[in-house]
Amino acid sequence: MSSVQTSAGVEAGLTALAVSLRGVTKTYDNGVLALGPLDLAVRKGEFISLLGPSGCGKSTALRLIAELSAPSSGIVRLARREGKVQPSLVQPGHGIGFVFQEPTLMPWTSVRENVRLPLKLAGVPKAEARARADEALASVGLADFADAFPRELSGGMKMRVSLARALVTDPDILLMDEPFAALDEITRFRLNDDLLALWRRLGKTVIFVTHSVFESVYLSQRVVVMTARPGRIQADFRIETVEPRGEEFRTSVAYSDYCRKVSAALAPSYAGQSTL
Amino acid sequence: MNAQASVTAKPSGAKRAVRFVLPVIVFAAGLLAWELVVRIKDIPPYVLPAPSVIFVTLIKDWSVLSQSLAATLLTTLEGFVAASIGGIALALLFNQSKWVEASLFPYAVVLQVTPVIAIAPLLLIYLEQQTAVVVCAFIVAFFPVLSNTTLGLNSVDRNLAGLFQLYGASPQQTLRFLKLPAALPYILGGLRIAGGLSLIGAVVAEIAAGTAGAGSGLAYRIAESGYRLNIPRMFAALLLLSLAGIVIYGVLALVSHLVLRRWHESALGKDN
Repeated sequence: MSSVQTSAGVEAGLTALAVSLRGVTKTYDNGVLALGPLDLAVRKGEFISLLGPSGCGKSTALRLIAELSAPSSGIVRLARREGKVQPSLVQPGHGIGFVFQEPTLMPWTSVRENVRLPLKLAGVPKAEARARADEALASVGLADFADAFPRELSGGMKMRVSLARALVTDPDILLMDEPFAALDEITRFRLNDDLLALWRRLGKTVIFVTHSVFESVYLSQRVVVMTARPGRIQADFRIETVEPRGEEFRTSVAYSDYCRKVSAALAPSYAGQSTL
Repeated sequence: MNAQASVTAKPSGAKRAVRFVLPVIVFAAGLLAWELVVRIKDIPPYVLPAPSVIFVTLIKDWSVLSQSLAATLLTTLEGFVAASIGGIALALLFNQSKWVEASLFPYAVVLQVTPVIAIAPLLLIYLEQQTAVVVCAFIVAFFPVLSNTTLGLNSVDRNLAGLFQLYGASPQQTLRFLKLPAALPYILGGLRIAGGLSLIGAVVAEIAAGTAGAGSGLAYRIAESGYRLNIPRMFAALLLLSLAGIVIYGVLALVSHLVLRRWHESALGKDN
């Protein structure tokens, strides 16, 4: 993957980047081109949304970034944490936290054990791992549910557990694959606000996949609109407003203007699907 | 939680009582009819013994029958343990290597579909009698464990598997923390079937061994009593076999329930 020798200048430019994809494509085993070629650069600390129709390869892009699958061609680069890392701050998952569309919890064990899993797999001592798991649970407002089993929680709470598990390793990059798509609107709004608060506090790079125009505009600094399969970048919007965002942004004229523009950019991606 | 339970307990408790009481009533009525028919028609016990006679025989012959019961239960247990360990181990092996699975799975199927009653005489030629009987129990019981465990190991949530991959889990960690717990409900289901089947396997082999005499299991008692026209004892032994099967099933179902009750759908009440 690192076959391309990067010059010093490019390297310097890359340090401000958390993720960079260059000419990345993904072809499935059955020969279908799912993605690309895709060029994408995500700055450190940026909140970016990938927006596109179902099956456009958004999730595939996330899986490539997480190195859960390898690109058929092109280069995926992640910035590693520079400087000395404390030995106790083991960072499993090479600095990536992943939140799936489903909560993806292990039903056979408690919430705390679910959140502790990444640390357990990395061999972090139990006492420390439990403390960090409890800390992560507290950060998503679930401190009181550490001993509950997943089935005892609501859909929104399960998603919070999933988020806590992604945060427990203190990753630099948080990848989220339509995490709130299955939730009701009120829960979704609350989780959106909580996610924004977490992002402001922790300063992580967030790559958020969604098919909701409204969610993407509300959450992100940047909305990248993708085409239908094979997914490419159709448009790239910067969403600028007064931070921190809240209910007044959601009901503002600027917000609906952004939504209209993003919807317009998204429309061609759905053009061939009007009969559906 | 408790308040909720007590609210819902009434209708479900009544329903449960009905489900328990109805079969008992049917059973009692059947016994009564049986007893009456035998008495009114004056049927001799060597043709059809009355339930009361069977019961008396059970008590009278208890020293013989209890020894036979112990022998059969021991065989069943040995066959069951061997089948459980063998089935799970083989499934794990299959899960690690597609090549091993491709080479061995057909033979597991062959072993399963060949009637054990036809294999038993051969086994009795080559193996010691007690070993042969245990092997029969094993052959019958191990396939459901193997196929259920294989199914369970392949039913791991794809995203959870991705998560383990993301966090760099070793194959051992993935097996221990993901695959085995995920497969547990399936494994327990397989064991529940295997318990009953190993009893069947043991009985079949005992009957095949039959006249050899050294074996003193319940099935052997049935065969022996048949030759002697001791029909009441046949029934008594049959009753014990049936009870043994029920107890084995009940114990395994209970274990399965206790292990899974906190998380698996199968062990949760409908109200949850």
